[in-house]
Amino acid sequence: MSRFWRWFWGVVIGLPAAAFVAWGLADNPKLFLTTGMNGLTLAALYFLVASGFTLVFGLMRNVNLAHGSIYLLGAYVGYVVGDRTGSWLVAVAAGFASAALFGLVLQVAVFRFMHGEDLRQTMVTIGLSIMMADILLWIFGGEIYQFDPPRAIFGRTPLPIVQVYPTYRLVLLLMSAAIGVLLWWFLNRTRVGMMIRAGVDDRGMLAASGVNVQFVFAVTFAIGAGLAGFAGVVGGTALSIAPGEDTRYQLASLVVVIVGGMGSVVGAAIGAILIGVAEQYGLAYAPTYSVVFTFVIMALVLAFRPQGILGRRA
Amino acid sequence: MSAAEWRKAMNAGAGQYAWTTGARARTAARPSPRPSPLGREGEVSVPADWARWVGRRVGVRHVLVLVVVLAYPWVATPFFTFQIGAQALALGLIALSLTLLAGYGGMVSLAQMTVAGIAGYMYAIFATSGTDISLRWPWGLAVALALVIATVCATLIGWFSVRTEGIYTIMITLSIGVAFYYLAQQNYSLFNGFQGFQSVMTPAVRGVELRAPIPFYYLTLFWALAGYFFVAYLLRAPFGVALQGIRDNPRRMSALGFNVTAHRVAAYAVAGFIAAIGGVLMVWYNGLVSPGSVGTSWLINILIISVLGGMRHPIGPFVGAIVFVLLQNFAVDLVGRERFNLLIGAVFLVIVLFSSDGLLGWWGSARRYLHARLEPARLAGRRRA
Repeated sequence: MSRFWRWFWGVVIGLPAAAFVAWGLADNPKLFLTTGMNGLTLAALYFLVASGFTLVFGLMRNVNLAHGSIYLLGAYVGYVVGDRTGSWLVAVAAGFASAALFGLVLQVAVFRFMHGEDLRQTMVTIGLSIMMADILLWIFGGEIYQFDPPRAIFGRTPLPIVQVYPTYRLVLLLMSAAIGVLLWWFLNRTRVGMMIRAGVDDRGMLAASGVNVQFVFAVTFAIGAGLAGFAGVVGGTALSIAPGEDTRYQLASLVVVIVGGMGSVVGAAIGAILIGVAEQYGLAYAPTYSVVFTFVIMALVLAFRPQGILGRRA
Repeated sequence: MSAAEWRKAMNAGAGQYAWTTGARARTAARPSPRPSPLGREGEVSVPADWARWVGRRVGVRHVLVLVVVLAYPWVATPFFTFQIGAQALALGLIALSLTLLAGYGGMVSLAQMTVAGIAGYMYAIFATSGTDISLRWPWGLAVALALVIATVCATLIGWFSVRTEGIYTIMITLSIGVAFYYLAQQNYSLFNGFQGFQSVMTPAVRGVELRAPIPFYYLTLFWALAGYFFVAYLLRAPFGVALQGIRDNPRRMSALGFNVTAHRVAAYAVAGFIAAIGGVLMVWYNGLVSPGSVGTSWLINILIISVLGGMRHPIGPFVGAIVFVLLQNFAVDLVGRERFNLLIGAVFLVIVLFSSDGLLGWWGSARRYLHARLEPARLAGRRRA
């Protein structure tokens, strides 16, 4: 892109955005900032779900349309464990572990045998998501479940301008950032992470250089699914668990990954912030059309950068 | 169309009908373009030729199927005619549009139900329904507008999603479909929000109430047959042949001078038109259209129907739709009404895991197996005689 066009688009997109920010701050700073905080919290949640999705996709070219179902599975398992033990932290660990185990079984027992058949794998995940949604509905019914987190993180925190904000949402933001850093460290500083990055770039070469690719695949799938399960408990605490949440997070991670670039964890973070913030501002300022904002962002990205903001051409 | 047939058709000059403006100009410049394969087969002047052409194309099974579908409402109960027969045909028509896109164009679009839903919503908005938003225009005009708007939307969706390939297309179209679902659910001024449009009026033509079981069955049958023959024709026409070429090797087709993007968008437009007809039929069938009719489960159901039947023949979606509707109506006897999704998910999973091409794939391998078993026996018998 030439310098002129970069400026042109910067002005076209930046000016209305700046005008909106200025108007929002002048009109009702409390509402504006609270919405911004809500957007960031939602973005944190989206990032947790989408980072696993994008990792699995980047390495295995497997569009896991059961990712939302794994989110819900982790949330329900976490709820049951938390209910029995009374400890929220154990619930979080159980959500992560159960989802990771489920992902591991899926990869080892099913997807290993359809390597390279992208479309068929996607279809299998669609079938799985339908069955899982129904089985979970069967076991847990249509009720809404809520977690009981420790008192220390469940109060209100005074903040400037916003006045008070739920502590848990701030904790969620911090947790998400921590997970992001951890993921970065894992991918960039460990041996398995190195293999995963190499596999994203070129699966064939990775296998040819003597790495057990199936092992790398299994680890990646387990981590991706585990992150979804973790997000299930953490997100279920911030909002609630109910049937239908699987579709919501499935769609969210799809859009986030399309916007951010498929296979890129940093892209998932950028996409999550864009989509989460846009969704919350849409809900606050133009409730009927909030979904349109999400869609417009996706359309703009697709129109000018089909591979996503940080994506590379396949 | 098999690879060999396809190659033959390609060599016979279908390439002249490329959709690029450049290619079109070249074609026009040529003094006498060679006829396309279809044109050659279609040139029938003598009645004997015509009879032979029909005899070669139409087998006993085709006549048999036609007789069965025509006679069906006279032996079946109204429930079977309307709930099973008509619904399966209308759903099959929508799934046919996906088969055209996915099986022959290589683009798995999950937004076909969205296109059908847009047609349904547009009909409900322009025609008469129990809601004040409806404009109460004549139904013919409403149908025409619904078809046009839905086709335009399908073209836009196509123009949008052809920027991506393969599994990316699934993701894009799924998000477009779900976005429309949320829009329809949240918007009250145009889509009437969560309730949608109830008691949408079905027209009556010369005193015949179209929604009565037998007239509605024949109406859907007419459009299903029209859709089937149109797609069957299209796949052998230069456009369809080029589309299949693009599915198999877009880069090569592009090198041959075909405008890949234009062909793909055109496929979306054609498929969108078929889906729009199915969408209007579904609104007449249900008598209502609501966000639920374009929800994720229905987006996926259309894919299930297509995959269930098989994507390598235009009859596949109709076979899939019949199985789907039968399962939907009789799941209550098998697993209880609540567990229908579990059943259909399991059936879908089994088909995807164990069949290369849905039920038609199983039918094909069963036939090959029987041939292999029977052929030696028949040869042996002939030798003895």
